[in-house]
Amino acid sequence: MSWLKRARKGIRFLNSADEAAVPKKELPENLWTKCSECGDLVYHKELATNLWVCYQCGYHFPIASQKYIELLLDPGSFEETHTGLVSMDPLNFRDSKKYKDRIKENRSKTGREDAVITGAGAIDGIPISLSVMDFSFMGGSMGSVVGEKIARAIKDGIDRRVPVIIISRSGGARMQESILSLMQMAKTSAMLARLSEEGLPYISVLTHPTTGGVTASFAMLGDVILAEPKALIGFAGARVIKQTINAELPDGFQMSEFLLEHGMIDRIFERKNLRNEIRDLLLFLWKDAQSYRGEPTDDVPQLASSSDS
Amino acid sequence: MVDPKRNGGYLDFEKPMVELEEKILALQESANGNDLDVTAEVDQLRDRVQKLGKQIFSSLEPWQRVQLARHPRRPYTLDYVARVFDSFTELHGDRLYGDDAAIVGGFARLGARQVMVIGHQKGRDTKSNLHRNFGMPHPEGYRKALRLMEMAARFGRPIVTFVDTPGAYPGVGAEERGQAEAIARSLFVMSRLPVPILVIIAGEGGSGGALALAVGDRVFMLENSIYSVISPEGCAAILWKDRAKAPQAAAAMRITAEEVHKLGVVDKVVAEPLGGAHRDMDGMAETLRTLIESSFDELEAMSPQALVASRLQRFLNIGVVHQE
Repeated sequence: MSWLKRARKGIRFLNSADEAAVPKKELPENLWTKCSECGDLVYHKELATNLWVCYQCGYHFPIASQKYIELLLDPGSFEETHTGLVSMDPLNFRDSKKYKDRIKENRSKTGREDAVITGAGAIDGIPISLSVMDFSFMGGSMGSVVGEKIARAIKDGIDRRVPVIIISRSGGARMQESILSLMQMAKTSAMLARLSEEGLPYISVLTHPTTGGVTASFAMLGDVILAEPKALIGFAGARVIKQTINAELPDGFQMSEFLLEHGMIDRIFERKNLRNEIRDLLLFLWKDAQSYRGEPTDDVPQLASSSDS
Repeated sequence: MVDPKRNGGYLDFEKPMVELEEKILALQESANGNDLDVTAEVDQLRDRVQKLGKQIFSSLEPWQRVQLARHPRRPYTLDYVARVFDSFTELHGDRLYGDDAAIVGGFARLGARQVMVIGHQKGRDTKSNLHRNFGMPHPEGYRKALRLMEMAARFGRPIVTFVDTPGAYPGVGAEERGQAEAIARSLFVMSRLPVPILVIIAGEGGSGGALALAVGDRVFMLENSIYSVISPEGCAAILWKDRAKAPQAAAAMRITAEEVHKLGVVDKVVAEPLGGAHRDMDGMAETLRTLIESSFDELEAMSPQALVASRLQRFLNIGVVHQE
């Protein structure tokens, strides 16, 4: 199902890049991938060592949730939480397909239970509660399960007294659960308000794309908000806006750079720097962080050749 | 009762009722002119209107509810404010960018109580609709609402909100000024305000733009209002690839007050006068006044800590998941 339509130049279409970006073990070594930004053919193996960033133009290929976990956390520190929570079909929803069947298909296609993975982990020894959204599962859409898992991961932050990090990537609220999906916006935001009262930091990481009800709830509530370069980030869809105002949209509209310019996010990060940026933020925002920290390192995760910076 | 002589703006399924009411008026007029007693005939006709109304309104399709929620004669926030409260003083502006007329707010007196009232505001005709942007707020509208709610909390005043919007406005300026952030911030802050918050979904509860005023201790839905994650047209365009399938989408998304109540999202469905709130605004307002006062009586008995704790729990409880 297509959740986003390419309404104008500069918006990357997801499906093909997504497929390319999910690394498979049996990938033939001589495979080339065409960069969606500069059009250059890039060697798959080199792309992988460059964290799926085009070494010609710096384009950040979308990557799977698992990759962010590897990129961000100390190796072996991740312990998945709140597993086994799966979507029901409380509305008995049916469009061209039954929602029940969609869930079943997405589960077998992705091997995921729903569109977010939550867990405990550490960055340079600093413990965190992490949630990473998974776009391959129904466009990363937020229904009851996504809202519940994210709210629980925030509560884990409160209970364990550790910072919370959420990596967002979502088309928004899940229509198939209608009003229940909408309410997950309130659920997650209310839990973040509790976290904030406890003096614990929340860092929101926005990746391509983050739109709709996810943007209009936890994604925009970070004490600090980081975004990948050229990620689509917005509330309303470009097509809807275009139809409403009946005019062309400005260049780069709803891109990370546009949001930075308009004061909506703190920083745009390069993927290879994500771990260090977050570690430094945690050291600044959270006084307890230093006490957990191991030997200081400035290691960049598994990087063979650095991309242009 | 709306004067049926000011015709137009009625929905097809309302027409039989409206026609009978016109007959009553015509009969009364001719009787007055000719000094005739038509009380018996009028009573009989009124009886028929009642029966017909009950018949029509007891079996409405979800799409008909959508039409009623969007009825051009439906009472809007300021109509309720004028009837429910004893006085109202509007306050303007978000102190950051501007004053959004799609959201109104101010302090009001309700018997012995001073309360903050905030709501979406639609226009009644083209000119006022342009002014009100059809009840679709920009970020400055939500930021004004938030400023007023935070002020109310600071001074220990309870809050009532009226929700009636097709949704937050999808425009370039709205995105540039952070529509998503404004809504998210509203959810975040409302969830912790230490004063009672009552929410009345009065017409269209359109997505995040509605929810931004709807994080309350009690959430009530008028019988003919709707509440959903996306408009039926928007849902139909995406899932059915055809906006004309909006009636199917409306049914599939279960957006009527009854269904939303069943899903545990609202605390109570508030009955409307027969034929809808627009046919008896005063009657509707009276019902709401009683409900608002009794709800505040209940909530004021709670400590601020207990209040925010139970508000959080209220929203944590919503959703259906299965543990495998």
